[in-house]
Amino acid sequence: MTISNASPVTLSTLSAALHNRELSSVELTTDYLNRIERHSDLNAFITVDPDSALKQAEEADRSIATGNPGPMTGIPIAHKDIFCTQGMATTCGSKMLEKYISPYDATVVERLKQAGAVTLGKTNMDEFAMGSSNENSFFGAVSNPWDKNRVPGGSSGGSAAAVAAGISPAATGTDTGGSIRQPASFCGLTGLKPTYGRVSRWGMIAFASSLDQAGPITRTAEDAAIMLGIMAGFDQRDSTSVERAVPDYRAALDDSLDGLTIGLPREYFDQGLDSEVGDAVERALHQLQSQGVRTVEIELPNSMLGIPCYYVIAPAEASSNLARFDGVRYGYRADNYQDLNELYCRSRTEGFGPEVRRRIMIGTYALSAGYYDAYYLKAQKLRRLIANDFEQAFAHCDLIVGPTAPTTAFRIGAKTHDPVSMYLNDIYTNAANLAGLPALSIPCGLDSQNLPIGLQLVGNYFDESRLLNVAHRFQIESDHHLQQPTKV
Amino acid sequence: MSLTPEDILKIAHLARLEVPEEESSDYARELSAILDFVEQMNEADTRDILPLSHPQDATLRMREDKINESDQREYYQSLAPETEGGHYLVPKVIE
Repeated sequence: MTISNASPVTLSTLSAALHNRELSSVELTTDYLNRIERHSDLNAFITVDPDSALKQAEEADRSIATGNPGPMTGIPIAHKDIFCTQGMATTCGSKMLEKYISPYDATVVERLKQAGAVTLGKTNMDEFAMGSSNENSFFGAVSNPWDKNRVPGGSSGGSAAAVAAGISPAATGTDTGGSIRQPASFCGLTGLKPTYGRVSRWGMIAFASSLDQAGPITRTAEDAAIMLGIMAGFDQRDSTSVERAVPDYRAALDDSLDGLTIGLPREYFDQGLDSEVGDAVERALHQLQSQGVRTVEIELPNSMLGIPCYYVIAPAEASSNLARFDGVRYGYRADNYQDLNELYCRSRTEGFGPEVRRRIMIGTYALSAGYYDAYYLKAQKLRRLIANDFEQAFAHCDLIVGPTAPTTAFRIGAKTHDPVSMYLNDIYTNAANLAGLPALSIPCGLDSQNLPIGLQLVGNYFDESRLLNVAHRFQIESDHHLQQPTKV
Repeated sequence: MSLTPEDILKIAHLARLEVPEEESSDYARELSAILDFVEQMNEADTRDILPLSHPQDATLRMREDKINESDQREYYQSLAPETEGGHYLVPKVIE
C-alpha cells in the first residue's frame, strides 16, 4: 500500500493499514519525511529529525510484529515547537531558545510516545505562541498550503500548515486565545481546545498559564477523538491538571443528534463578520438542523469584551512567565554587558522579538503599582462576567455554535503593522479560554477564493465527547473536511 | 490612556528590556493604542463582582512533602551559558 494524495489520510486508516501489515511504519515515516522535504517552502517545520523518526519507526514495527501495538503505534506526527522534547531542539519560535535542548519530554509528548506515535519533528509557531498569523516566528513566516501568499493562522500555524499540506497526518497545538482553532479554520482542519485542566501543561512552555491548553490538529473529528484520548488525563506535575477520568471519546462519536439544542449567540453574527463566512455558517446550521438539532438564540453580552480582557490578562501572565528568561540558567545570553542588569536587559532585548517585547511591556504596565486595579483586577472581574454568561447560556442549550474567525486566511504582511487589528482575529475564540471551556473548529465550506471557512462549537466543561460527537456526525454527512488544497 | 516616552523607559526598566531613546516615542504610540483599546473594558459594570483568576475557581492541590526529584545539577547546568564549579556565572554584583 502507498499513501495516495487523492483523499486525506486519517489516523484511523493509517492505524488499520499498519495493523494489517499493508505497510510498515518505516515505509510510512520515510514517505512523510520525503513529503516534508518536498514542501520545505511552506516553512512549516523548525526542526526535522529523520534519524530519530526512523529509529522510532523501527521500534514501532517491532512492537506491531510482536502483536503489542498501542493506539497510535507507528503513526508519524509533529509537535508544535512549544512542547519540550528531550534530545531535540525546543525553540518556541524564539531566538531566545534557538539552541535550547530540553532535558525532559512534555507530558503530552511522553503520552503520545507511549501510545506508539513517531515524532517527525517540531512545527513552526508564533514566538512564544504570541500571534494569530505565524508571522512572529524568529524562523520566518509559514505559508498556507491553500494559498502560499496567505498566512496559515497562528500561533499553531506550522502544525496546521503541515497537516493541511499532507506532510504530517496530525499534529499537536496549543491554544491560549484561539491558537489551535483559528489556524484549523484557516487551513480547513479539525482543531480542538480542551477544557482547561483536561490536558497537562507540564513541559509546555508557558505563555499565559491560566489560559493555555494543548490539543490536537487533525483531519477529522474521529482523529481528534483518538488523539485527545491519549493526550488527556491527570498529571500531578501540573498543579492545575484536573483529577477526572478520561472518557472513551470514540465511543460517543456516532450518538444521535436528535433533541440536542444548539445556542446561537446573537453577538457572533454581527456586522464584523465576513458575509461569505456568515453564509457558510448558516448553511452548516441548516445541515445540523436537518440532522435533528434544535437551535435557540442566546446572549453572551460580555463576550465581545473578551479581546480587551484577554489583552490584559494574557500579557500580564506572560510578563511574569517570561521573567525566567534572564540569560543566566539557559537560553540566549548577549555578548556585551558591563553588569548584571545589562546582562538581563540585553539578553532579553536581543533574544525576544518585537511582539513578545510589546506584550511583556503591556503586561508589566498592567501589573505595576498604581495601575493594577484599573487593568488587571478589572480584567479578572470582567473574566468572571464572561464565564457567567456562558453558564447562563448553557442552562438553555447543550452547545454553542458560530464562526471560528471573522474572515478566512489573509495575506502575509496584511496586518503586521497594526497589532490591534491582528488581535481581533481571536474575537470569537478567546472567550472560551477566559471561561476555560472546551471548543473546536471544523471546516464548513470554502469562500469564493477557495479558502477554508471554520465553524466553532463551544461545549460545557468537560463535554469534549459531545463536541466530537456533533463534529463527527456533521462530517459523516458533509465533505468539507475532505477538501484539500489543489496546489500542493 | 496616553503613555509618554518617559513612561516607556520606566516600564522597560521594570521589564528588564532595553528601549533606545529614539524608539521610545514609537513605543509610546503603539502601547497607548493598545491601552486605549483595552479600556473598552470599562463598558462593563463590574461593581461587586469577584475577580476570576482561574477557570472553574480551582484551588491548588497540596502534595506530601516527599523528595521526588533526583539531583541533575550537572545535566541542567550543561544548558547554561556559563558555569563554574557547579555555580552559574554572572558579572560581579558586590564589590
